[in-house]
Amino acid sequence: MIPGSPSLSPGSTYLLAMRPRDLLHPRPEGLYCPPGDFYIDPVRPVERALITHGHSDHARSGHRSVLATQQTLDIMALRYGADFAGTTQAAALGTPLDVNGVSITFHPAGHVLGSAQIAVEHGGIRIVASGDYKRQADATCAPFEPVACDVFITEATFGLPVFRHPPDTHEIDQLLKSTQQFPERAHLVGAYALGKAQRVIRLIRDAGYDRPIFIHGALAKLCDYYEGEGIALGELRPATVEGGSKGDFAGAIVVGPPSAFADRWARRLPDPMSCFASGWMRIRQRAKQGGVELPLIISDHGDWDELTRTIEETGAREVWATHGREEALVRWCELQGIAAQPLHLVGYEDEGD
Amino acid sequence: MQRFAELLDRLVLTPARNGKLRLLTDYFRTVEDPDRGLALAAITGDLSIASIKPAMLRALVAERMDPVLFGYSYDYVGDLAETVSLVWPEPGPERRANRTPTLDEVVTKLQTASRSDGPTVLSALLDSANIEARYAIIKLVTGGLRVGMSARLAKQALAEFGAVDVGEIEELWHGLTPPYIELFAWLEGRTGKPERTAKAMFSPVMLSTPVGDNDLEKLDPADYAAEWKWDGIRVQAVSEGGVRRLYSRTGDDVSGAFPDLVDAMDFEGALDGELLVGNPAEATGTFSDLQQRLNRKTVSPKIRDRFPAFMRCYDVLMIGGQDMRALPFVERRPRLEAFVAELDPTRFDLSPLAPFTGWEALDGMRKNPPHPVIEGVMLKRLDSAYVAGRPKGPWFKWKRDPHTVDAVLMYAQRGHGKRSSFYSDYTFGVWTGPEGAEELVPVGKAYFGFTDEELKQIDKYVRDNTIERFGPVRSVRADRKQGLVLEVAFEGLNRSTRHKSGVAMRFPRISRLRWDKPPNEADRIEVLKALLDA
Repeated sequence: MIPGSPSLSPGSTYLLAMRPRDLLHPRPEGLYCPPGDFYIDPVRPVERALITHGHSDHARSGHRSVLATQQTLDIMALRYGADFAGTTQAAALGTPLDVNGVSITFHPAGHVLGSAQIAVEHGGIRIVASGDYKRQADATCAPFEPVACDVFITEATFGLPVFRHPPDTHEIDQLLKSTQQFPERAHLVGAYALGKAQRVIRLIRDAGYDRPIFIHGALAKLCDYYEGEGIALGELRPATVEGGSKGDFAGAIVVGPPSAFADRWARRLPDPMSCFASGWMRIRQRAKQGGVELPLIISDHGDWDELTRTIEETGAREVWATHGREEALVRWCELQGIAAQPLHLVGYEDEGD
Repeated sequence: MQRFAELLDRLVLTPARNGKLRLLTDYFRTVEDPDRGLALAAITGDLSIASIKPAMLRALVAERMDPVLFGYSYDYVGDLAETVSLVWPEPGPERRANRTPTLDEVVTKLQTASRSDGPTVLSALLDSANIEARYAIIKLVTGGLRVGMSARLAKQALAEFGAVDVGEIEELWHGLTPPYIELFAWLEGRTGKPERTAKAMFSPVMLSTPVGDNDLEKLDPADYAAEWKWDGIRVQAVSEGGVRRLYSRTGDDVSGAFPDLVDAMDFEGALDGELLVGNPAEATGTFSDLQQRLNRKTVSPKIRDRFPAFMRCYDVLMIGGQDMRALPFVERRPRLEAFVAELDPTRFDLSPLAPFTGWEALDGMRKNPPHPVIEGVMLKRLDSAYVAGRPKGPWFKWKRDPHTVDAVLMYAQRGHGKRSSFYSDYTFGVWTGPEGAEELVPVGKAYFGFTDEELKQIDKYVRDNTIERFGPVRSVRADRKQGLVLEVAFEGLNRSTRHKSGVAMRFPRISRLRWDKPPNEADRIEVLKALLDA
């Protein structure tokens, strides 16, 4: 089940020659690999960047050279323009590459289209930087693959035992039920433009809903890209009012970025029911404070059970937890006898979802 | 249980009254007996389940998970019931129930559990439920669903569900017990209306309509009697065959909070009147005083002595088992006078008639009432029967003009539903502090009183003058030089220990936007404080 276990033998040189932190450690620019002279998901422009996925806090423009999956490169070009980096190189999933003598392999992370974990191997040590990931099935991206490693760098966005995501199909059923219960209202689904929006649309289609879905302009390019990558999203229409009336949106599903809720943009919709697709919606007070009427607990990050299961499956002897609620995950690792520490990286959104 | 849990979750997040009504009527339509009736009882507060203390709940969790992880979780969520529902470990396959229990099964198990096996029963139920259902179960046993649904609204939902008048539901309510099988059977048209079998039941209250423009021109003053409109709460005192009940105007039984008044109900009949505090012959307390006695299940002797309750009677509905409601007002009134004359004068008095010569004279009376606890006048047609609801014509209320204050907009919050893209809820303040160091202190919040056009203007002002954002709330620039002055109308002021300003407004609304007025000319807190002492 786990591809390629690292070749560690007792007495191998790494104990003497290299410690994990010599292979990867945080710097203000991001997670740095001294022997390979590259950064993973740097938050400032650097010479050589390896990018896990296209979300803007991980994928920034202005690096001299970028190594990422082809889909992540495409998404960065869509967001920042074709000249977002000096040079680019596409990494094929599962194929090791050599970067200054360090072996690099991209493995799918199941987070959004193109997302990957990056396995860094050198001097007998393998560290997997997982970027962001989830384990729930998602028709819009390749599923996460556990990779055996010595050190697993895990995100901790939902690193508390209270975060337990229900099956996404259940949440979509709630949405569709509400469109029938309140047919005069537009259902405005807040979902981030990359990944979440397309997944929500695809889930709605898989639940058998075949009416047109209206989208905010901010989603159009990425939805087109997903379609081009073979992910069918059905009929999408711009949520514009030109030539139509408010009544056109009665009972309709409208997908837009969460910021559109508060925006004057939403005034074109009749009595909109605000629905927000996010793992944070698990906490009632979060939904209430945000004025969300129909919370949809759908996340592109793993919940507590997924995070802990994944740590177990990697067989890692050491865990570094980053961006989120690290302390609980570190505590859990201690209880399991796994060495763990928070990895303090700056510049990532703890709230990202 | 699952659908009940979903209902609770939806109700909490649905701000609009109509939305709540639809959720509840759909629930009644799709859920079978007895679960729907038990859900109704849980919402109206009529379901009795022995409560479990929060400490017990914590102890149950402590047996099941690392206390440090629980601590992190509770700190983050902030609500014990919610935290426990989320972190409760799913039982292994050998102990897992093959289905979630029904609400009836949950309630029966909880009601039949003894004190000692309560925790065991609860943990078995939590093992058998998913996250949403666990939350609902914990809310049932810790008391207080807090879903923003009043008993009144629940009765309204029943009325819509059965296409009957809500008065009919209120009238029947106190003769019914959970799970209300016969009520639902009637509302679904399967059987006749349940009989009124219990004693001392509620009769729907007769309400008045406000005097509108030109309403009085067409009417002859000689057809009407006038009374003062007292500023307390409308109640109905019913005593029948040893059963005594004091009802609010929506039929909620409030007897428990007013044992002093109930003790004095040694009559056979039903009275309509205003609940007030003080001594009727000497001093009638303000609404602020009355509030010391409201919204309590029980009342301490100290509070009872300081704020004794009495009833100022407006009407008599029943005398010794005989229904008076069909009689005209002129015939009920002497009966009322004779009836009240027999009662304890420290607990019951008569609302006096206020003789008047014409509409103009009455207008003067309602603007300058003789007592601070009077909020206007009531007009009652002499030939009117006592009928349920709010028919237009027989009874009018004519209130004194509202108080107004010029305040400065301080915070604005986004609305819900149709208003979700508008900043439509406004917190406003008045000036306090010494000259040269004035600052604004919030005195209230209002979200209506303006037109749609004015809403757009204020929304734009808020967006253009935001200084800070806290989630859906924006703080708006408001200082001596720049700020939006709002003329706020309100019905009265209460003393408040919860608000920094020390005052709480009743029924505040925006009456005018004073774009023309510089903020330093808005009112000071002393203007409001003076009203409190009046």
